[in-house]
Amino acid sequence: MKIVVPIKRVVDYNIKPRVKPDGSGVETTGVKMSMNPFDEIAVEEAVRLKEKGVATEVVVVSVGVQQAQDTLRTAMAMGADRAVLVLSEESPEPLAVAKVLKVIVAKEDPGLVILGKQAIDDDMNATGQMLAGLLGWGQGTFAGNVEVADGKVKVSREIDGGTEDVSLVLPAIVTADLRLNEPRYASLPNIMKAKKKPLETLNVADLGVDTTRRLTIVSVAEPAERKAGIKVETVSELVEKLRNEAKVI
Amino acid sequence: MTALVLLDHEDGRIKQAALSAVTAATQFGDVHVLVTGERSVAETAAKISGVTKVLHAADALYAHEMAEPLAALLVSLAGSYDQILASASAVGKNVLPRAAALLDVQPVPDVVRIVDADTFVRPIYAGNALATVKSSDSKKILTVRSSAFDAAPAEGGSAAIEEVAAVENPNVSEFVAVHLSASERPELDSARVVVSGGRGLLSEEKFRILEPLADTLGAAIGASRAAVDSGFVSNEYQVGQTGKIVAPELYIAFGISGAIQHLAGMKDSRVIVAVNKDPEAPIFQVADYGIVGDLFEIVPELTEKLK
Amino acid sequence: MSEAERESMSFDVVIVGGGPAGLAAAIRLRQLSPQTSVCLIEKGSEIGAHIVSGAVIEPRALSELLPDWKERGAPLNTPVATEDMLFLTETRSFRVPALDKFMPHMANHGNYIVSLGEVCRWLASQAEELGVEIYPGFAASEVLIENNRVVGVATGDMGITRDGKQGPNYQPGMELRATYTLFAEGCRGSLTKQVMQHYDLRKGVDPQTYGLGIKEVWEVPPEKHRPGLVQHSFGWPMDDNTYGGAWLYHFGENLVSYGFVIGLDYSNTWLSPFDEMQRVKQHPAFRKHLEGGRRISYGARALSEGGLQAIPRLTFPGGALTGDSAGFLNVPKIKGTHTAMKSGMLAAEALVDAMSTERVEPASYVQLIKESWLWDELKSVRNIRPAFARFGMKKGAVYSAIDAMLLKGRAPWTLHFRHQDNEELLAASLCEKPAYPKPDGKLTFDRLSSVFLSNTNHEEDQPVHLRVKNQGLWRTVNWDVFHSPESRYCPAGVYEVVNETSEPALHINAQNCVHCKTCDIKDPAQNIDWTVPEGSGGPNYPAGM
Repeated sequence: MKIVVPIKRVVDYNIKPRVKPDGSGVETTGVKMSMNPFDEIAVEEAVRLKEKGVATEVVVVSVGVQQAQDTLRTAMAMGADRAVLVLSEESPEPLAVAKVLKVIVAKEDPGLVILGKQAIDDDMNATGQMLAGLLGWGQGTFAGNVEVADGKVKVSREIDGGTEDVSLVLPAIVTADLRLNEPRYASLPNIMKAKKKPLETLNVADLGVDTTRRLTIVSVAEPAERKAGIKVETVSELVEKLRNEAKVI
Repeated sequence: MTALVLLDHEDGRIKQAALSAVTAATQFGDVHVLVTGERSVAETAAKISGVTKVLHAADALYAHEMAEPLAALLVSLAGSYDQILASASAVGKNVLPRAAALLDVQPVPDVVRIVDADTFVRPIYAGNALATVKSSDSKKILTVRSSAFDAAPAEGGSAAIEEVAAVENPNVSEFVAVHLSASERPELDSARVVVSGGRGLLSEEKFRILEPLADTLGAAIGASRAAVDSGFVSNEYQVGQTGKIVAPELYIAFGISGAIQHLAGMKDSRVIVAVNKDPEAPIFQVADYGIVGDLFEIVPELTEKLK
Repeated sequence: MSEAERESMSFDVVIVGGGPAGLAAAIRLRQLSPQTSVCLIEKGSEIGAHIVSGAVIEPRALSELLPDWKERGAPLNTPVATEDMLFLTETRSFRVPALDKFMPHMANHGNYIVSLGEVCRWLASQAEELGVEIYPGFAASEVLIENNRVVGVATGDMGITRDGKQGPNYQPGMELRATYTLFAEGCRGSLTKQVMQHYDLRKGVDPQTYGLGIKEVWEVPPEKHRPGLVQHSFGWPMDDNTYGGAWLYHFGENLVSYGFVIGLDYSNTWLSPFDEMQRVKQHPAFRKHLEGGRRISYGARALSEGGLQAIPRLTFPGGALTGDSAGFLNVPKIKGTHTAMKSGMLAAEALVDAMSTERVEPASYVQLIKESWLWDELKSVRNIRPAFARFGMKKGAVYSAIDAMLLKGRAPWTLHFRHQDNEELLAASLCEKPAYPKPDGKLTFDRLSSVFLSNTNHEEDQPVHLRVKNQGLWRTVNWDVFHSPESRYCPAGVYEVVNETSEPALHINAQNCVHCKTCDIKDPAQNIDWTVPEGSGGPNYPAGM
């Protein structure tokens, strides 16, 4: 079984995002970019499935700018076998990405597609579900555990207040949540070896999908700063305020 | 215009967050809701203020709100609606994007403000920025943040209930089981209330003073890095820049000075309470309610008063 | 411990550190000898992540290295246009007239205000085009020495837990073996320190003396932006015995670089370089530039101020020291980028020469340095910084003017540094406490909200990389005598005293460390050893730094 793992290059999670003074977006020039952390978890899960003998090949795919090839190389250093880069604008919309991925899936014919549950830049949390919809496949979103057996994948999903187990017919979509695993480091020897792994570059225009943006950004602003509230003297006063004013207890 | 809200429920109880989605939907016009499960759920939904029609999908296929059949059902109903909404809950986020893909719509998740029928505000970069986006899709598919919209009153409406038949099941998924962590403490990152301690708790042993309070409130326990570094609790409790980012309804910080690194992990909480003996502690600059005093006196008193 | 299992790879040259020196050396090596395999490693998560400098740079070395740098898109976009040197009193400022006569080494005509981090990222792209293999995110933690020859370095193990055990994500380090190894770690490199000790490279030279530079980048309203403006200050709030001053440069798109450098030979244990830097901002001469803007970044780094007299032996069997690892900073000019690059380029030439003759030690490096403009430049200013150390700021300034105007740097004498910086501190009881104002959160800030802007992060579960060699010594020396100077000189709030009133103890917030190396330099008993943490830890300075 082949596993396809779509990954996204995003502003590194250590970088505090800075809204551009003209409000057109968040500053990304000269900012360190890395693999979306949830995608690292997805890559790790795929590589582990290969190490367990469940999968035979792990293919990573990114839809984005040329520099996303660095991100793909990192994924290959973690253990993915080869990579496909679909050149497009920076940070295309989930709907467009899902359409592109549908074409890639048709070509690669994987048994499983594992994605990160969301990208930490636009926080859309949609691509996996949308790809599942377009393909008509089952979706095991927000996965905390994944087991493949007998032509099915059993996914333990993180839901509000607990977990939910679902069983999906293969091929299927899984999106990785934080607790699925702790991704490995891309070691230096593996980074060196990953330079020699195959990376295929395609152009989004050649795939015959409509990637027109549906959402335009009107403006981006920093959230209002929190203001200091009041000091209360006694615990009783606090309880009273929480009950009757803030209504949180 | 008419909007359709997918109301998610748990054991027959409509979730509070879903009621916020109803409030958001009323900004567009008429509100219809879709519920699954028992008839009683539909009857509860019919009473929600602002709802004019309840679509009830009674078929067992939808009982567990699985994305694959439910998205197919939404698609079959979508024709009559200009907007489809749900709360930004595990269900909403699972189902709506799938339905959106089938309808060739780019969904707008986590809406915190509806500017006009096409324009929405949503947080990006983990809430570090707010994007105002304009959608060119003729049909809008939105999930909304419950913290940004008041819950619609559960009483006051008298909507008609219409039964909807099941549509073809894609048959690619099967519900197995659900495990709710009822007795244990809630997970830190999804808890409604977080009780958090800092270096002011002084020791591993004294840190436990927070446990009865957390039990009383049904809260998760968190900690600042200083508390974790000092060995009071393990680092899975850490809230902040390098720990967990939380945004509960209520966050109570005991003995936490409130360095920006900690604030980065909890500043999006709806209500913040700070207890610290230092009146100059920066945590008070973000707290809605603060008490200057000895937490070792305040915690037991608060626990007692909340019982 | 892990040597048996770690992998190894061989190169002709391994370069430790991706700053201007290391990158210039890498580029020059491939220019001179395209078949030479060159591997460069950098502990920062990417090239530029750990680079902090003012920075006004002199393009001389760059023009020699890549004469068509403009066409290649080098990010040198803001030429220096106006230049002021201010003497500050608490409320007023006096412009030093005829700067080019009194302080010719300060003249910045033809220089550029840059983000050195951006310049390094660009240099890295040039190096990669030439076939240099660059691996950021990997910290060299060990010098490999065999038969008394340096044969490369090893990167640190990853995934070691806080208590020193192999965690679930353990990855052994890797040996990068090389015919020649260049150390380009910048000031006070942790491996350079080992190499210096092993080969006794500092024998017979003055002790190195250091400065600490602390920097902020501001974004200011367009109407306030004066691209090309360079302003330096001396005087207030430093006393006459403390070498220090502030800078302010307008550059890029509405950016202002503001910072403060202080000589680490200061004696008042209560002094806090961070708070000095914050309070100079309140001076009208600086405040007016920043008000209405917002601070977007923060960083700090030690720099070498010893000059010519403190330059160690530069070569050893199997390699050489370059850039500020060796101490090639022109202090009066407050510039080290062009000298760092030049030294890297000359080291490259020496390595190519040594390779062709299969010499163990690239000894021609020293000769090349001495024949170059780099040496002339450092020689002509060699007495200025020591004069300040010896005579104080005012008389030092007079001396430096005489040295520059009358002697033209050719004084027949050489002033020496006598002490290491860590020996200069006076006991707490002998020093006066400066009264630092409380941060206002608009113009002035505290340490932690500053570190926040450096995007500093370290994997939490790893051994503390700031090693206190003798725990007992902290109480008796650092606390009892000096009242924990580390809690003040550290610009990142790494060192914190807990239980101050009952049982004082040192708490190390290693997570905050911005890799400035000041603790390694200034700790009175030299009891703190700065070692490299897990690769890619530390600050993540964005563009603009």
